[in-house]
Amino acid sequence: MNTLMTIEKQTSIDFPVEETRRDFPILSTSVHDHPLVYLDNAATTQKPQMVLDAIDRYYRAENSNVHRGVHFLSELATKKYEAARGTVRKFLNAGSEREIIFVRGTTDAINLVAATFGRKNVQAGDEVLVTGLEHHSNIVPWQMLCEEKGAKLRVAPINAIGEVLLDEFAGMLSGKIKIAAISHVSNALGTVNPVKQMIQMAHQHGIPVLVDGAQAVPHMRVDVRDLDADFYAFSAHKVFGPTGLGILYGKTRLLGSMPPYQGGGDMIKSVTFEKTIFNDIPYKFEAGTPHIAGAIGLAAAIDYMNHFDGKALQQYEQTLLRSAHEKLAAIQGLRIIGDAREKAGVVSFILKGIHPHDIGTILDQEGIAIRTGHHCAQPVMQKFGIPATARASFAFYNTLNEIDELVNAIHKVKEVFGHV
Amino acid sequence: MSDLKALYQEIILDHNRNPRNFKKMEDASCSVDGYNPLCGDHYTIYLKLVNEIITEISFQGSGCAISKASASVMSTVLKGKTRAEAGVWFENFHHLVRGENKNEKSIEEFGKLAAFAGVSEFPARVKCAILPWHTMKNALEEKKETVSTE
Repeated sequence: MNTLMTIEKQTSIDFPVEETRRDFPILSTSVHDHPLVYLDNAATTQKPQMVLDAIDRYYRAENSNVHRGVHFLSELATKKYEAARGTVRKFLNAGSEREIIFVRGTTDAINLVAATFGRKNVQAGDEVLVTGLEHHSNIVPWQMLCEEKGAKLRVAPINAIGEVLLDEFAGMLSGKIKIAAISHVSNALGTVNPVKQMIQMAHQHGIPVLVDGAQAVPHMRVDVRDLDADFYAFSAHKVFGPTGLGILYGKTRLLGSMPPYQGGGDMIKSVTFEKTIFNDIPYKFEAGTPHIAGAIGLAAAIDYMNHFDGKALQQYEQTLLRSAHEKLAAIQGLRIIGDAREKAGVVSFILKGIHPHDIGTILDQEGIAIRTGHHCAQPVMQKFGIPATARASFAFYNTLNEIDELVNAIHKVKEVFGHV
Repeated sequence: MSDLKALYQEIILDHNRNPRNFKKMEDASCSVDGYNPLCGDHYTIYLKLVNEIITEISFQGSGCAISKASASVMSTVLKGKTRAEAGVWFENFHHLVRGENKNEKSIEEFGKLAAFAGVSEFPARVKCAILPWHTMKNALEEKKETVSTE
């Protein structure tokens, strides 16, 4: 109790959470007559006023198509769209803006790599390596590729606390594997994979690595050059930006050697009915009118995040996570699923005799939003022998108070079910 | 809490804790799997039909309290009913949990099934209540097909 009180005191000084909450209009709304307690941040995050304003401003005063017109608005929209690319480059510490491709989301980014790099480099008898922690979007595109090519999808297993077994991972690395696709942070369990180490291990065998960073970028500073990631994917809506936009980072050498993903305008230099000359990267991978407002919104979200001291933010989130772990684990009949030594943002749990779906409904009546189900990670659920979990996931605008409300509401769930 | 009490009525909690007819039926006339991929609810419904009458009905599987209680109560209600009667109950139950039971049937007529009226206030949970019934209906219809081919 004493240690918790110290933590609460410290964090209220270190991180201005109440002030931060005022930046997010939705956080002051009510659900079922209770103040909203939003703990479903791994599904999507809420948007600060800065992002809402940037998108609003774009459509009100700057809207035009990019890379086309010579008129004022088109040049303005193009400038802002390309400036957003620059903001993302800095955010990931990529070497060049040419390495930043705007896509629809993480899923789209992974599909892009599977359909271009994968189709070109994976042949019959080859292998693609993923981990047992992946969610469906980092499994299915590779499965489809393997089926098409007669290749084999291999899975590096995880242990009972939800960590990838590095020895097993190392043992699977061979010349047969043409690409490894691993999540930086697990969406279902919150496990932080040692991706830098895993990339090094894969590179020793000449294997390029795609990192699914959807759950990592909201919680930690990512440096793609330090990681030496070959591809890195994330979604804007999970870092306080708009839906419908994502980023694929790829090393110039790899992107340059890949065939285009989709055909259309903007991805070409010249078109005749006989032959089309494709544009250079990144435009080669951006067919059609892009999500301009999305890119501008993401840039605003990154600018917003840059206001904070990254370290303080991460420390505060770890405090939330630790508090949630301790308080939830103390509830009788509650079992936390996934207790990796390094975790970010997520606590998955089950209650004895009460299905997660029922937990979700009862919590919702208290104004608390959590996710219940298999989290699009059915193989992870199968590994733990459960159909589903309840998952609370945090962002820096959550408070220790909200964790107490979560705990109280779980006691209410038990009360409704007569498990007092 | 009042809405919650309407949803998690004592009958529902009881059938969730102690589901009736919760067993595999080795000599079933037909069995059908019902699966809700969104939440992972998964049930198998077993029926034994003799001269168009459901003489035995049981189920197995796992899912939330609403779906499990729905399967359990359904099994107690449909035992002894004819195929046609089961079809009518399917329609009635549908209307009840969707909140579309516009005075066509008094709530008393629903008997134990009336406990599911509260589900209509929770749109996300309607499919939980309906899953076992859909599965049962498919089982009934599969039987019909088998009969017609014979």
